[in-house]
Amino acid sequence: MAELHVELVAADRKVWSGEASLVVARTSSGDIGVMPGHQPLLGVLESGPVTIRTTGESGDGTMVAAVHGGFISFADNKLSLLAEIAELSDEIDVERAERALERAKSDADAHAERRADVRLRAVTSVR
Amino acid sequence: MGAQMRVYKRRIKSVTATKKITRAMEMIAASRIVKAQRRVAASEPYATELTRAVTAVAQGSDTKHWLTTEVERPTRAAVLLITSDRGLAGGYNSNAIKAAEQLNNRLIGEGKEIVSYIVGSKGVSYYGFRGRPVQQSWTGFTDNPTYADAKAVAGPLIEAIKEDTGAKGGVDELHIVYTEFLSMMTQTPVDRRMLPLTFEKSAEDSAEVIEGAIKRGGPEIMPLYDFEPSAEDVLDALLPRYVESRIYNALLQAAASKHAATRRAMKSATDNAEDLIKSLTRLANAARQADITQEISEIVGGAGALADANAGSDR
Repeated sequence: MAELHVELVAADRKVWSGEASLVVARTSSGDIGVMPGHQPLLGVLESGPVTIRTTGESGDGTMVAAVHGGFISFADNKLSLLAEIAELSDEIDVERAERALERAKSDADAHAERRADVRLRAVTSVR
Repeated sequence: MGAQMRVYKRRIKSVTATKKITRAMEMIAASRIVKAQRRVAASEPYATELTRAVTAVAQGSDTKHWLTTEVERPTRAAVLLITSDRGLAGGYNSNAIKAAEQLNNRLIGEGKEIVSYIVGSKGVSYYGFRGRPVQQSWTGFTDNPTYADAKAVAGPLIEAIKEDTGAKGGVDELHIVYTEFLSMMTQTPVDRRMLPLTFEKSAEDSAEVIEGAIKRGGPEIMPLYDFEPSAEDVLDALLPRYVESRIYNALLQAAASKHAATRRAMKSATDNAEDLIKSLTRLANAARQADITQEISEIVGGAGALADANAGSDR
């Protein structure tokens, strides 16, 4: 089966790289799914969970990452996801995210609330 | 013990104490360079991908954008100078400041007005002492900059360049002066024009961000991208991130350079202390020898005088 190479890169580190058969991300004009052979694409990401259907060395499975803003670019079967902040679902501390959500709600901080919400959704969509 | 010798011993003791401190600082700096270098390397994938994306948009569309358009007659230029918060780093800060001065003079020569932005308290105090106006300054993170710090610095700069030059605080160009980390031994202050971006159309009709921090190997022909939602919107979102990532990279390199400069300065301080101890020990030994010689000659002289006196009374 055809696969595409994915690089998930945050501002200060490379979060994940590997092969995948499908990547679903949220751009500013809606969710977009990229499969091998997609035409070259460059888009702006909204903060939201990114789903990566992994294949190859990393094994078949589904991985979800919480991505806060950034870009998606695809060319030559290479997909890069650039984000200022990106976390894989198994790196996310659920309790901390829940606390952050509570705090953001009480402070009425829309940005922080959104960040915490995205984190939690990334975790729950895996389980 | 003679008075001379006591003075030497005291100085040796104080120099030894100083040497211990400088040696410790040298080792701390050495361990921090490695960490800082690692962070520079970790930030590279993001910067590379971002540069690629900017190049792709620039090539794949004829979009005009306020961050890329050259102003016909630029009148105001922002200069971001990156120094450190603390000294004890040899010529690190003064070299960076000197590079900024040269750039300022050049820009003034071209008839531009300078708007200064400064990172690091060394630069701030240099400008403060000379009573020069500073638009904005940031301190407190130069040893260990995070991406959030870079964002904080980039925000006002991007705002300033968005403004019209006629309006308050607007600038046409953005220059950045920082110390580039070339190797453990070499760090050079450089000035780069960050905005407006410079694109170069090469023979193969491929655009390249020539002043990018990451030099890509050879011209690369980019595929025709589909932009989501539109080329303008992508560029709008992309360019501020690009500026942030460039500033982040500059901050990280400056931090690594600062640690390397500190290490070198502290190493030479330790070496100097060792030399000083050596020559002081020589002097102390000579003084001790002189003391002994004097004592012997006093004893011999005294014994001789006694013998003479005894010989006189025997008679």
